[in-house]
Amino acid sequence: MSEVLSGTAIIVGAGHAAGELATHMRDNGWRGRISVIGEEGSLPYHRPPLSKAYLAGTVTAQSLLIKPMAVFESANIEFIGGVRVNTIDRAGSRVHLADGRTAHYDRLILATGGRPRPLPVPRIQQRTPDNFHYLRTLADVDRMREQFKPGKRLVIIGGGYVGLEVAAVAIERGLNVTILEALPRVLARVTAPELSAFYAARHRNAGVEIRTDTQVEDVQLDPSGNAITAVVSVDGSWFEADLVVVGIGLVPNVELASDAGLAVDNGILVDEFGQTSDPDIYAAGDCTNHPNRFFGRRLRLESVPNALEQARCVAASVCGKPKAYVSVPWFWSDQYHLKLKMVGLSQGYDQLVMRGTTESECFAAFYLKDGYLLAVDTVNRAPEFMLAKRLISERIRVDPCRLADEGIPVKDLLTHP
Amino acid sequence: MPTIIFIQPDGSEQRIDAPLGLSVMQVAVNHQVPGILGDCGGSCSCATCHGYVEREWAQHIPVAEPYENDMLTCAADVTESSRLSCQIIVTPQLDGLVIRLPPTSR
Ligand SMILES: Cc1cc2nc3c(=O)[nH]c(=O)nc-3n(C[C@H](O)[C@H](O)[C@H](O)COP(=O)(O)OP(=O)(O)OC[C@H]3O[C@@H](n4cnc5c(N)ncnc54)[C@H](O)[C@@H]3O)c2cc1C
Repeated sequence: MSEVLSGTAIIVGAGHAAGELATHMRDNGWRGRISVIGEEGSLPYHRPPLSKAYLAGTVTAQSLLIKPMAVFESANIEFIGGVRVNTIDRAGSRVHLADGRTAHYDRLILATGGRPRPLPVPRIQQRTPDNFHYLRTLADVDRMREQFKPGKRLVIIGGGYVGLEVAAVAIERGLNVTILEALPRVLARVTAPELSAFYAARHRNAGVEIRTDTQVEDVQLDPSGNAITAVVSVDGSWFEADLVVVGIGLVPNVELASDAGLAVDNGILVDEFGQTSDPDIYAAGDCTNHPNRFFGRRLRLESVPNALEQARCVAASVCGKPKAYVSVPWFWSDQYHLKLKMVGLSQGYDQLVMRGTTESECFAAFYLKDGYLLAVDTVNRAPEFMLAKRLISERIRVDPCRLADEGIPVKDLLTHP
Repeated sequence: MPTIIFIQPDGSEQRIDAPLGLSVMQVAVNHQVPGILGDCGGSCSCATCHGYVEREWAQHIPVAEPYENDMLTCAADVTESSRLSCQIIVTPQLDGLVIRLPPTSR
């Protein structure tokens, strides 16, 4: 093992997971070369503000960097930005870069994240109209922000977190905002009907128009073909638009792995240490499909905590200090002054317990199964969020009546659940 | 530039020159101070930048907003001196500030 520590580690991708991997591998004793190769030109940066403060223009691009260059330099981590890794040659332990270079590795770690799920409208496949936007990278937001002007008609396709966050920023900016959601409610894939109704109402109060059960089929282009003028739904409704933002999910970047023959199934398949089906190759972050002990099944998650915490475990494991990734999933989303934080996965709950009321905009929705907590959604309720993290990870049985009783301080729920 | 002193549970110290206007969390992250992670990027969402501020320093720092205190309610190893370092901004008055790290860094 100590031999490999003086070898070469290559990390593909330069997002949340990659940056954390690189510095933690150094901390865990990797003495040899560490190269981070990323298709985006930037050092790893915080993605969540892209649909929040950065879109709103209240923070600068510089402030988005997770760590400054100096950290990577002092840890002697090589950063190769703006270059894509095209293929992995497993037999030769090499990667081929888009600029023609090849690089040898002793250990390879894939942290390739994902890309926006494309809108299946044939008319825009050949050429992307100037006012049509996906939202994943800093470059995406920079392009979109120029068109983010008061009075403009913004049509958002997809009522998930990204869509709702963009809507909140846009309506406060003075744009006219319409959200088109194919399913019967917003946030349908991630939360209970109660929460969806709460968020839909909050957005409508702010002036956002929300159309559910509205599946987009086509767009109309202006004569030049460079700009969308309207979005057209399956039932023939038209939504006039000055700009269009699409947030309909993520496709994990697995092709590099699958082309090299690694096992892939809704994400790159890894074990709890982040090892792929090739023992020299690991993976971390949004691109992985990994086992989760608390929920007894495999998960592919799209969140910063998942990327960072998994990266830390993988960094240790690569360095010969196997550390299983055992973590309760959690996530946050900021819209208006609402701080939503969720822990766990609510799928399969048999009881929903509310603590506080949705009217107060300060509440927690607990999802239980057989008396154990599966998940919680908290809105402006940090104590319950922190509580739930511990109730789930320590598998503490809870009394639903006590959870609902606001007379009982949150701290007491932990000691006498 | 003010100096901020981070002290680990084992007593080891890091003295760091802290640029004005940065959060104490970012200062720590920029120098790889163990135990301060700042996973959420300073949006007061994760409590992975928890530290203890000694009493004599508390008067030089704006008191915690309710939301910060809420985050600390059920965090591990919380004491009266607990703060989230992402919410403390470096000012000239903080020269010599001591931040102690809690025993459990997650
Ligand atoms: C607008 C927006 C808002 C979000 N808000 C939140 C939030 O509030 N809270 C939260 O927890 N999460 C949020 N997320 C999700 C979070 O940002 C991701 O889960 C996280 O960034 C995943 O990190 P990662 O390192 O796995 O992947 P990424 O950060 O996607 O990084 C992968 C990198 O790899 C590069 N890459 C891919 N293939 C190659 C290749 N072949 N060669 C070289 N480079 C390659 C990509 O260009 C990319 O830069 C948000 C995401 C978006 C887009």
